[in-house]
Amino acid sequence: MDDILRSVEKNYLQERSEEFSPGDLVKVHERISEGAKERIQVFEGIVLKESGSGTRKMVTVRKISSGIGVEKTFPFHSPKIERIELVKKSDVRQARPYYLRRLRRSS
Amino acid sequence: MSLGILARKVGMTQLFVDARAVGATVIEAQPSRIVQIKIEAKDGYNALQLGYDEVPDRKVTRPLRGHYQKAGVSTHRYLHEVRVDDPSAYKVGDPIGVEIFSEGDKIDVSGTSRGLGFQGVMKRWNFAGGPKTHGSCFHRRPGSVGNSALPGRVVKGKKLPGHTGARRITVKGATILRVDRERNLVVLKGSTPGPRGGVLELRKSHG
Repeated sequence: MDDILRSVEKNYLQERSEEFSPGDLVKVHERISEGAKERIQVFEGIVLKESGSGTRKMVTVRKISSGIGVEKTFPFHSPKIERIELVKKSDVRQARPYYLRRLRRSS
Repeated sequence: MSLGILARKVGMTQLFVDARAVGATVIEAQPSRIVQIKIEAKDGYNALQLGYDEVPDRKVTRPLRGHYQKAGVSTHRYLHEVRVDDPSAYKVGDPIGVEIFSEGDKIDVSGTSRGLGFQGVMKRWNFAGGPKTHGSCFHRRPGSVGNSALPGRVVKGKKLPGHTGARRITVKGATILRVDRERNLVVLKGSTPGPRGGVLELRKSHG
């Protein structure tokens, strides 16, 4: 039963690199259509978590935008996501590094 | 008067259609076989009797076994009938499967909904119930069920607690997203009645 579901989903999966893992710095290129126009918006941040599998896989990315923490969750296999680019690998031990939320920027 | 087949619900998933995430139901329909053709002259109406879900002989009663034997068709778990306009276009023993549907078609899907047992009025009829707190002694009850001396009885059809679900539900005008003839699959936009593995009846919608 599940095999059948998975094989149906396969046709809807996007072929894109899944090299990043939670904690890494990535750039998500998202296609945004405003009326007839379409442009690409880049969201650069740290991968906070991956959840779901198959077509339902979601990736949450966190960044600090003008001093305020912003998290955005993307459907990994959405055709609206142009690509997800790995910027920097990092050394995180947790699968879901929520502790990053509590951290203050050190500078 | 529309052609239809029996099928089994495989499960639900989420797919991207025109860049939008859409809930979809995957349905598997191994081909049905025509067991009997009913014609107006003889039976009073035109219809095909279809067998679905092949099973070993011993699984069906002897009278049914004879019925299948007469048609020269292997035994099936389910028999069901669909009306057709022109029965001469079909032959006993022919398979009928997902090929009668194509992408974008609107179909009606019937099946037995999940049985929920004896349920109260809030779940069964979406009554609002009463407040949970603030000294309320009226939580999930149905309230008043009618008037006093006139009419002096509870009107028929009053919504009351009782057995819920496990009845025939039809979803009308569901859109077909994909048809996979090789694997006998139909992918439908939206949901269908019943659990995974439940039997569904797929019919072309009209109107």
